[in-house]
Amino acid sequence: MSAPGSDSQGMHYLESLPRRAVTVYLPLAVFVCVLLFPFYWMTITTFKPNAELLSREGNPFWVLQPTLAHIEKLLFQTSYPQWMWNTVVVSVVSTCASLAAAVLAAYAIERLRFRGAKPTGLAIFLAYLVPPSILFIPLAAIVFRLGLFDTRWALILTYPTFLIPFCTWLLMGYFRSIPYELEECALIDGASRWQILVKIILPLSVPGLISAGIFAFTLSWNEFIYALTFVSSSETKTVPVGVVTELVEGDVYHWGSLMAGALLGSLPVAVLYSFFVEHYVSGMTGAVKE
Amino acid sequence: MAAVTLSQVRKAFGSTEVVHGVDISIDDSEFCVLVGPSGCGKSTLLRMIAGLEEISSGRIEIGGRVVNDVAPKERDIAMVFQNYALYPHMTVSDNMGFSLKLAGRPLQEIRSRVDEAAQILGLREYLERYPRQLSGGQRQRVAMGRAIVRKPQVFLFDEPLSNLDAKLRVQMRTEIKELHQRLRTTSVYVTHDQIEAMTMADKIVVMNMGKVEQIGSPLELYDNPANQFVAGFIGSPAMNFLPGRINGAGIDIGEGIRVPVPAGATVAAGREVVVGVRPEHLAVGADGLPATVVVVEPTGADTQIFCKLAGTDITAVVRERHEFHPGVPIRLTAQLTYLFDPASGARLA
Repeated sequence: MSAPGSDSQGMHYLESLPRRAVTVYLPLAVFVCVLLFPFYWMTITTFKPNAELLSREGNPFWVLQPTLAHIEKLLFQTSYPQWMWNTVVVSVVSTCASLAAAVLAAYAIERLRFRGAKPTGLAIFLAYLVPPSILFIPLAAIVFRLGLFDTRWALILTYPTFLIPFCTWLLMGYFRSIPYELEECALIDGASRWQILVKIILPLSVPGLISAGIFAFTLSWNEFIYALTFVSSSETKTVPVGVVTELVEGDVYHWGSLMAGALLGSLPVAVLYSFFVEHYVSGMTGAVKE
Repeated sequence: MAAVTLSQVRKAFGSTEVVHGVDISIDDSEFCVLVGPSGCGKSTLLRMIAGLEEISSGRIEIGGRVVNDVAPKERDIAMVFQNYALYPHMTVSDNMGFSLKLAGRPLQEIRSRVDEAAQILGLREYLERYPRQLSGGQRQRVAMGRAIVRKPQVFLFDEPLSNLDAKLRVQMRTEIKELHQRLRTTSVYVTHDQIEAMTMADKIVVMNMGKVEQIGSPLELYDNPANQFVAGFIGSPAMNFLPGRINGAGIDIGEGIRVPVPAGATVAAGREVVVGVRPEHLAVGADGLPATVVVVEPTGADTQIFCKLAGTDITAVVRERHEFHPGVPIRLTAQLTYLFDPASGARLA
């Protein structure tokens, strides 16, 4: 590492305002616009009356007479609140279960050094690479045989098939960054394997656990194909499926309510991200600093 | 406190044996230093005593009890690691009290023992800090504090000073020695630094390539090295070695230069030998072996003269002050010489 002095010297060319505008603010502004435009579009469509939505006149990027009609339709004429609740239950339960399983799997593969640990790690990663669009057919047969079809359990039990490999892989990388000596020291201090995991490894892996948790939560929140296949009645649907299947009637798209559903559905994840963004970043970059 | 005995201890990783049948006996209250170049197996040996590494064969006893199959926590030992291995998410006092907490000791006792250790090590005002808020030397002390609160039978140190700067290392060296004199706990200390070994040890074990080369007190090893490896490893600057051949009462070391055979040596004429001379046993005078000065390094207390003698680079350390310049011829007298066998390195005289 170079001294802080030489660092600031190296980036000195960025310090004048015009240069900073070109090298920093302009690219950032472009990114922000591209990333936020879908949100903006969802938001204005949510509040646009149908007349304005279908009109070819006027400015498509603005609302002249905002209305809450679409939100009202979404909340009171569809099962949207129920879909939301289903999505929350399915996402939270499957994320927690997957994290618990992934912590044990990742710790065992990374630290217990049992025979075949490395191939197991690789196999778990390969399992993650199998696309759900192939897996949903055999899984559907299993779900049906277990009598879980059209229940929330069908989703809670199938989501871990892609969440566990993903979380395990992420946590393996994180556990690897925790120095071995800490565990050896705890071993000499008299800790059992379980105590080492609970009192040393997990507290040090909080950023890793948070990033794995957020990722798993987002994946299950947005999951579409299993939810479309394994549940059919309106009361068990999740937001992504419910919005698409019940707000599109034939070739009629209820754009206002569709966008309202998408907007409300993406808020919880956005809020979650904004709370944990710092942990999330350090979780992705790893490393325990003493 | 307890004695530690290693009998015919071996360690193999797969088909590679890294420790070849080591016998060491460390007395109760002794400070024993395992020293050797990197990769000589000293850390592996320490980890085997700690129980972090299984032994392939042999026997390790702590306090008369064979501990081959005893888990680390049952061995009643404490270890200080090279990178301190402090738990980053715990305060200094939690770090020090962790083992007692795991053992289910009452809170009162934990607090008083942590306090006592903190008092000894001067850590009382840092008890509520986290390791990241401490300097290297303070972390080192916390690591030692964590070891002493448990009042174990044996302390194990794995190169604990190698992450510190030179000045702090000397200071901590003294502190560890002082701590040992106070607690009298049997200690096994691993280092690659022979000065650390010389200054701290009651007993030094010199290791090389998984074998013990010699065991003895610091001055025994310095005065009577068993072989060329120990002679070259112990002492700073290192001993000079000059290859030669016995010729009557002298040894030809090339360029027509002769060194007298050490008194009492019985070595056959014509035999190839290696002559060993410590830099501090060379004196500059009006006569003696002709050498040419290459570099002069005054350190204040003494002066190190790097020169060429019969085509070999040698070092002399002299206390008196001389004005030497590179290229100047000087005369050196060896006050004490050793003889080694060039093939086996065994000491001949």
